[in-house]
Amino acid sequence: MSLDIQKIRNDFPILNQQIYNKPLVYFDNGATTQKPQVVIDEEVKIYSKENSNIHRGVHYLSEQLTKRHEDARKVVRKFINAKHDHEVIFTSGTTESINTIAFSFGEKYVNEGDEIIISTLEHHANIVPWQMLCERKKAVLKVIPINEKGELLLDEYQKLISSKTKIVAVNQVSNALGTVNDVKTIIEIAHQNKIPVLIDGAQSVQHGEVDVQDLDCDFYVFSGHKVYGPNGIGVLYGKEKWLNEMPPYMTGGEMIKKVTFEKTTFNELPFKFEAGTPNYVSAIALATAINYIQELGLENIAAYEKELLEYGTEKLESIDGLRIIGTAENKVSVISFNLDNIHHYDAGMVIDKMGIAVRTGHHCAEPLMDRFNIEGTIRASFSFYNTKEEIDKLYEAILTVKQMFS
Amino acid sequence: MTLNEQQDEIIEEFSVFDDWMDKYNYLIELSKDLPEIDPKYKTQQYLIEGCQSKVWLFAEMDGDTIKFYADSDAIITKGIAALLVRVLSNQKPADILNNELYFLDKIGLQQNLSPTRSNGLLAMVKQMKLYAIAYNAKMGN
Repeated sequence: MSLDIQKIRNDFPILNQQIYNKPLVYFDNGATTQKPQVVIDEEVKIYSKENSNIHRGVHYLSEQLTKRHEDARKVVRKFINAKHDHEVIFTSGTTESINTIAFSFGEKYVNEGDEIIISTLEHHANIVPWQMLCERKKAVLKVIPINEKGELLLDEYQKLISSKTKIVAVNQVSNALGTVNDVKTIIEIAHQNKIPVLIDGAQSVQHGEVDVQDLDCDFYVFSGHKVYGPNGIGVLYGKEKWLNEMPPYMTGGEMIKKVTFEKTTFNELPFKFEAGTPNYVSAIALATAINYIQELGLENIAAYEKELLEYGTEKLESIDGLRIIGTAENKVSVISFNLDNIHHYDAGMVIDKMGIAVRTGHHCAEPLMDRFNIEGTIRASFSFYNTKEEIDKLYEAILTVKQMFS
Repeated sequence: MTLNEQQDEIIEEFSVFDDWMDKYNYLIELSKDLPEIDPKYKTQQYLIEGCQSKVWLFAEMDGDTIKFYADSDAIITKGIAALLVRVLSNQKPADILNNELYFLDKIGLQQNLSPTRSNGLLAMVKQMKLYAIAYNAKMGN
């Protein structure tokens, strides 16, 4: 089934506006996605009619909203095909999810001299928490290298694995380049060596179907705001076995079973990892967003975005002096590029004034930029609500940039 | 020319542009007019690192005024740096410290100095003021 893009665009009120007297072209979907009206309405409805703290009150509103919160968890479970509802932990986002795992898993299993494997393609959020853990525990961080296309070198990965490796943490899709990593193979190799794997899905869940049981990953994390949901909500999926064994990260209300001043026992999953009042409004609205994209169909989304990627790649490649960084065989709809002798910041400033939102800079992946020996790139990331006509506008804007700075 | 006369002159110059592209084209022109910074000052020591673009800044006393020299790897940033140098260079340290910088706001470029933009310009202004404080102290004021 093909998507009716004009109809879809009407679902996103923000798209219908002028920036600097020009129609907005939003190509910064890798940073955050826009919200359909149903998600905005959901939040308004909760605050207008349903708000009440959950899991506590015996009163009507609290009970109703507690149920909706737990229903949202079920929606997420189905979305990523987790085995149990309680394997889905709500967090504030990918960053908190990874920090939680790095801390809790690290406390329990990582000791001096142990090794942790990440990759060159990682976002800072999947680098720094592991670095901090390594500093705390005197462990060693190992990094999977990439080739010139921006693809992970799996042979090198295999060589990095040792009897000291405690966990592998890689993204499924690179935020800066759009590379889709063969995480299934990465997980298989790790599991042959009895090593658990965390998959950072922040840049993948919005582009295609994810099945954590099929992947057999031990942890999977993503952010709500990058999958057309609200800000401040994210997901930490973990296999029951790990989550049961790991100590809690944050402590406080909601996550306890019994507290005395002598000792506290912790609540069961998922609440053990959800200290304090959860962001139930955003969790419910995230479920609404997931329902929205599932109605469009993840397969349809992937097919259309691939079309945009191919069109955009061909169009941009035709520009003299434009170099695409990240030319992996398997990519999502992200095009990172540079222009010969033109600073990405200059280009971004001018493209902005044409009403086009792109991101410039190192995309929170400085080690990756170092790998390519560049300071940064200009990144256009497409969503299913974007059109080929909008890509044409970017093409024109780049020609203007070239003219201005040559 | 006083510091504020410089600012007013720039505001006057920019008042003819009603289009962003014209403003940027003018900044590109200005970037070309900015006197070359001596390569020996284009080092780590004089680098003000922004997330998006880099700025190098060097200052020296010339009589009782400060002379600023700047450069950037991005042209628009360099154009704005040229404006800052034009306003603040050849001024007495006390004047740099006692006058508000209002021209960037008036010509619509204040957003380039926002802390989140991190193109090195906000840090450049801070550094220019620090030079002024240091030289002011040195002059016994």
